[in-house]
Amino acid sequence: MVFKRSERGRVDRPVPIPVKIVVAGGYAVGKTTFVGSISEIEPLTTEAALTSRSEGVDIAGDAAKSSTTVAMDFGRITLGDDLILYLFGTPGQDRFHFMWDDLIRGAIGAVVLVDTSRLEDCFPAVDYFESAGTPFVVAVNAFFGRMQHSLGDVREALAVSPSTPMVVTDARDREATKTTLLQLVQHALSVAAA
Amino acid sequence: MTEPTGIDRLRVRPYALTGGRVRSTTELALETIVILTDRGATHGEERGPERRNICRLCEEPISIIEISARLGLPLGVIRVLVGDMVTDGLLNTHRLDGTSAESGSRPDQRLLERVLHGLQTI
Repeated sequence: MVFKRSERGRVDRPVPIPVKIVVAGGYAVGKTTFVGSISEIEPLTTEAALTSRSEGVDIAGDAAKSSTTVAMDFGRITLGDDLILYLFGTPGQDRFHFMWDDLIRGAIGAVVLVDTSRLEDCFPAVDYFESAGTPFVVAVNAFFGRMQHSLGDVREALAVSPSTPMVVTDARDREATKTTLLQLVQHALSVAAA
Repeated sequence: MTEPTGIDRLRVRPYALTGGRVRSTTELALETIVILTDRGATHGEERGPERRNICRLCEEPISIIEISARLGLPLGVIRVLVGDMVTDGLLNTHRLDGTSAESGSRPDQRLLERVLHGLQTI
């Protein structure tokens, strides 16, 4: 362990290691609920502006032109003294991809939350993580245990790789959220080991 | 996306705090954790209200994005301010495991195993 000496010779305290998981999906699919079910803090919101790397990128659409900031929710889970996991809930529309580049850099991977009655809402997120080579799991949010389609149907409709885990979750339930996160980390491990 | 929120009204003004700059000398990830240094504890108070507020939040380890949310200032502004404060030695990004805060690479197997174990035991 390396410590940096401060000007008065005392040792400045080092910081915990941050790790992060991105939670993506369509509007109102339950991203903030998912983050909030396991976060040790109330999910916080911040405004993310265009990042320096994305300057000059032409974003289509009047809405994107009139506003260069988007709201992003996040939560935190302390995993021991020296490790903190951040969960980022992010809007799933195509026009926010500039933000994902920033978010996904250094991330463990992503959870794509799916509402089976609005399956197409998650397509942009799935497309993005597949092309970026980001490990992700597809998590069908089954409120009250209800699903309109089987996991097999969802897999077929999304046409994701057979190696991409597909799970049923309940964004309101801490244990279900925890299990989903564990499945993602396990998947990321198998990808890293491959 | 919803209609522009109240923060939009502040969009121009906060960047006055950074002298109009939108990038910092150091490239900090939004999850980068910082903490007040000895020097920051001694001299941070002299640097204006925003830097003073940042110093107070950083008495305990805190991430860039959390500073942004708690102070109600856009992430881009906080990145520049915190980046400058790290350069000036007021804040420290040095991690417990000695890895760099700016690597941006995906966690390796060892770190993933620690996350897995950590999540299993919460």
